[in-house]
Amino acid sequence: MSQTAVAAPARTQRQWNLRIWRYVGRTLTYAVILAVGAFVSVPFVWMISASLKDESQIFASPPIWIPVPVYWNNYPEAVRLLPFHIFLRNTVVVTGAAMLGDILSCSLVAYGFARLRFPGRGPLFTCVLATILLPVYAVAIPRFILFRQLGWTNTLLPLTIPAFFGSSAFFIFLFRQFFLTIPFELEDAARIDGANTFTCYSRIILPMSKPVLGAVAIFSFVFHWNDFFFPLIYLNSQENYTLAIGLNMLRVSQGGMRWNYLMAMSVLVMLPCLLLFFFFQRIFIQGVVFTGVKG
Amino acid sequence: MTRAQRREALEGYLCIAPWLIGFVLFVGGPILGSLGVSLTDWSLLAPPDFIGLKNYADLVVDPIFWLSLKVTLIYTAVHVPLSIALGFGLALLLNQNVRFVALWRTVFYLPAVVSGVAVALLWLWVFNPELGLANRFLALFGIEPLGWLLSTRWALPALIIIGLWNVGGGIVIYLAGLQGIPTELFEAAQIDGASALRRFWNVTVPLMTPVLFFQLIVGMIGAFQVFTNPYVLTNGGPANATMVYVLYLYLNGFSFLKMGYAAALGWILFLLALALTILSFWSSSRWVYYEAGERRAR
Repeated sequence: MSQTAVAAPARTQRQWNLRIWRYVGRTLTYAVILAVGAFVSVPFVWMISASLKDESQIFASPPIWIPVPVYWNNYPEAVRLLPFHIFLRNTVVVTGAAMLGDILSCSLVAYGFARLRFPGRGPLFTCVLATILLPVYAVAIPRFILFRQLGWTNTLLPLTIPAFFGSSAFFIFLFRQFFLTIPFELEDAARIDGANTFTCYSRIILPMSKPVLGAVAIFSFVFHWNDFFFPLIYLNSQENYTLAIGLNMLRVSQGGMRWNYLMAMSVLVMLPCLLLFFFFQRIFIQGVVFTGVKG
Repeated sequence: MTRAQRREALEGYLCIAPWLIGFVLFVGGPILGSLGVSLTDWSLLAPPDFIGLKNYADLVVDPIFWLSLKVTLIYTAVHVPLSIALGFGLALLLNQNVRFVALWRTVFYLPAVVSGVAVALLWLWVFNPELGLANRFLALFGIEPLGWLLSTRWALPALIIIGLWNVGGGIVIYLAGLQGIPTELFEAAQIDGASALRRFWNVTVPLMTPVLFFQLIVGMIGAFQVFTNPYVLTNGGPANATMVYVLYLYLNGFSFLKMGYAAALGWILFLLALALTILSFWSSSRWVYYEAGERRAR
């Protein structure tokens, strides 16, 4: 007791310095995190706030964050400005079909690459990897010409059919990486019991691959739901438009004037992806981690 | 080959058949087709005229082509290092026993789940010169309002800021990478007397280089193909200040109906991406550190 008391003054000076530095460091850390957090989230708040205002509240200075009264009616009014029910139906069809195509084709192809031996497997898989890095816009023109020759322009076919042919090389890669972690013994046992290759794929591998199935389903949904370029080049009449195209049409028709309606519609279009993220956050994050670290 | 091996090979080809057909039809075919189309003058309204290499000769003297390359290179050269530095830096901070890591991770990741036109419109509103959040924020510091998307000087920086908004996907990946570094390595370095800075530079950074490399490649290829934001927000303007490469390709193909010219732009994009990728992989052997088999066996 007396010994520590004697040594204390010398030590406290150093300890104090250390403590102050640590305190400064932690404060800075939180300050940076908060600043970036604000940078990321405040634009969302700004959008939602505008979607609930009327004209005069939008023009108010200083800005109003929480409008009084709240104009909930902006939402139904915005939806009626353009045939958004048709755009929604088209987007749901495209997203649903393309998701199904991505999941079925990419998992089957990945199963072939992960589990079956055939001549040329290595070079062919290198082609898959190369496709991931290929800029899709580099082949946009000939693809457009191809689909035009087939008479598919201004239909939803160019937005859905390629998905059934493993067009998302990245998903093939993801599935394969996951399948490689499943022990071979399970399949060997099933084969002894008379299972064929397709049974192994559908009854053993797929049921064991729920995490990667979930990740691919979610990524595929987000991609096709938000896709703008391909609908933009293939679709040219309103009855075939997707939400992304409709939203851009709303921007052009409103000439940047009715911000409340534009923001209300943007919130509605973002909503499914945001909800999906909030409900399946773990699958999202795991999927991203899986692609970035183990890839 | 035995019968069983032949059967397995046949089944293997059957499994990958969807991809193989898709690859030939939608990737390999179009790359070659693109070369063919690029040798023609084709408006889609009349049959194509073979004009040899004229499209490429025109490109060389097309000032907007060079401008679009420059704009895209500036965007890539600023966006990619900034987003890697910001993402990696934030991941390092979040890795310091910060409270509510899961909450922060969710917040930072949020922009990555929304994209496309809705996000572009959100930013159109934020950068609105009179009413937008950006200028109202600057006003707090007494800074004069900027023209942002309407100004030749600030339109490209605005696009870069929007790009940085998506930093969250990277943060999640870096954080997972950092958490995967075995603590024994830090302890061993500490026992050997390495300072915190030295531990960071000689342990953390080398072990993170594969992740950083992956993000670099994906980031560059992505930045080179930025399209939706410039299309919706500026349509390349003002005065072509944001005329990115893919937008110029799109405009040539689908607004000016110059399919041959657009295909030539596509082919050059393909070659550029190829060169960029080869260059990255070639340089990677000098700075990317892959752990030997040990880690894989674990």
